[in-house]
Amino acid sequence: MDTIFSRGPSLNLRLTMALAMSVILIFADHKLDAFQSSRVYMNSLMSPLQYLANLPSLMLNASAQRLTSHEDLVAENRRLTNQVLLMRERLQRFELLQSENVTLRKLLDAPVNTAMKKTVAELMAVDNNPFSQQIVINKGAIDGVYLSQTVLDERGIVGQVMEVGTTNSRVVLITDVTHAIPVRSARNDIRFIASGTGSLDELLLEHVPHSVDVEVGDMLVSSGLGDIFPEGYPVAQVTQVVRDESRPFASVTATPLAKLDRLKYLLLLSPSSPQTLPSSEPVLPPQEPQRD
Amino acid sequence: MIKTRHPVIAATIIIALVLQIMPLPIQIDTYRPDWVLIVLSYWSMALPHRVNVGVAFVTGIAMDILLGTALGIHCFALSVSVYTLAANYQRLRNYSVWQQAIIIGLISALYHAVLFWLQHLLTGIPFQLSYLWPVASSMVLWPWIFWLLRKARRQLNIS
Repeated sequence: MDTIFSRGPSLNLRLTMALAMSVILIFADHKLDAFQSSRVYMNSLMSPLQYLANLPSLMLNASAQRLTSHEDLVAENRRLTNQVLLMRERLQRFELLQSENVTLRKLLDAPVNTAMKKTVAELMAVDNNPFSQQIVINKGAIDGVYLSQTVLDERGIVGQVMEVGTTNSRVVLITDVTHAIPVRSARNDIRFIASGTGSLDELLLEHVPHSVDVEVGDMLVSSGLGDIFPEGYPVAQVTQVVRDESRPFASVTATPLAKLDRLKYLLLLSPSSPQTLPSSEPVLPPQEPQRD
Repeated sequence: MIKTRHPVIAATIIIALVLQIMPLPIQIDTYRPDWVLIVLSYWSMALPHRVNVGVAFVTGIAMDILLGTALGIHCFALSVSVYTLAANYQRLRNYSVWQQAIIIGLISALYHAVLFWLQHLLTGIPFQLSYLWPVASSMVLWPWIFWLLRKARRQLNIS
């Protein structure tokens, strides 16, 4: 039986110590970014739990694949063959246009856009923390993932890498409240900052004057400013423009083009030139929205 | 603090952590109960000399790493919740399981409120009422977890 003498420090003292430690940790982590490098090791330490938690869905997926009927497979095969044919046709035109574009750019003496190296990653876990929108992918430092790397799905930009582990890494989605992405309108090249709202299907364009020419249905592509996201990838489509003159700015909302609630396969973009950014060095910090 | 650790207690906490981060469809995810909080609550009421603020703090760090929140947020919330239970364990043990479920609901509400406030201070997130669904599901889950863990504790003779 436990006696009063073998108990160690009292409960109140323990609470005080724990709370003091937590506050120090929060301050060090959030304000000073003191754990930037050690987070990799902490994530790697905890990744067995993540793999364990992922096991049931993996098993379900595997059994679903095993149980797919022959007819379904044939139908899928036919659909995919059709799709490949259509894509090939578009690619032919695209290659022609690309070579044409390169020659024209050379004539203009403008720098040619280099192709990006792509890595396919798979979704491992979605955060259930309602306050933040992050996902975990199955590629890490050993696959060359680096901090602030751009993540895409087949429709548009999904987010950027915010923490790198050895074999997996954490991606913050563009709809997270702490995230903002520089975009421009594809129609008339007006620049905006699209910041996350915390809900998966909504982005907010900040500080848009009433007079700006923005309409419902405008396509927003990444502008390449800020040096984190490469230029020209689709981000969102404007869904609502409210020009209430009693407010200082027009309220413009947009829906991300990437299907953020049904991600499965993701693309990681990296510059194809050898000057890739080393992951250990604290490179460009993730963008914080400027709130005032 | 370390000398009194028991492998079964650690195992239940690890299982709770796995259940806490297990990917679920988004419709069910909102109702996910606070597995870790419930398991820690049971142990801190049943064996307050083994599981109290220290264990809650360490579990909180694991939660912060797994959920990608700023380090210390879950430590803070779990420490406060477990302290409340461990300080009043003699009274709480005498309650019936249903009364305890209400207490767990209150503790869970406190836990989510602390989490929300801390993150609101850091990132300015807006409050949504759906953040409080886990309070209800934790209350519903409590009697079952209570019976399960009590059975485990008695059969394996952990004291």
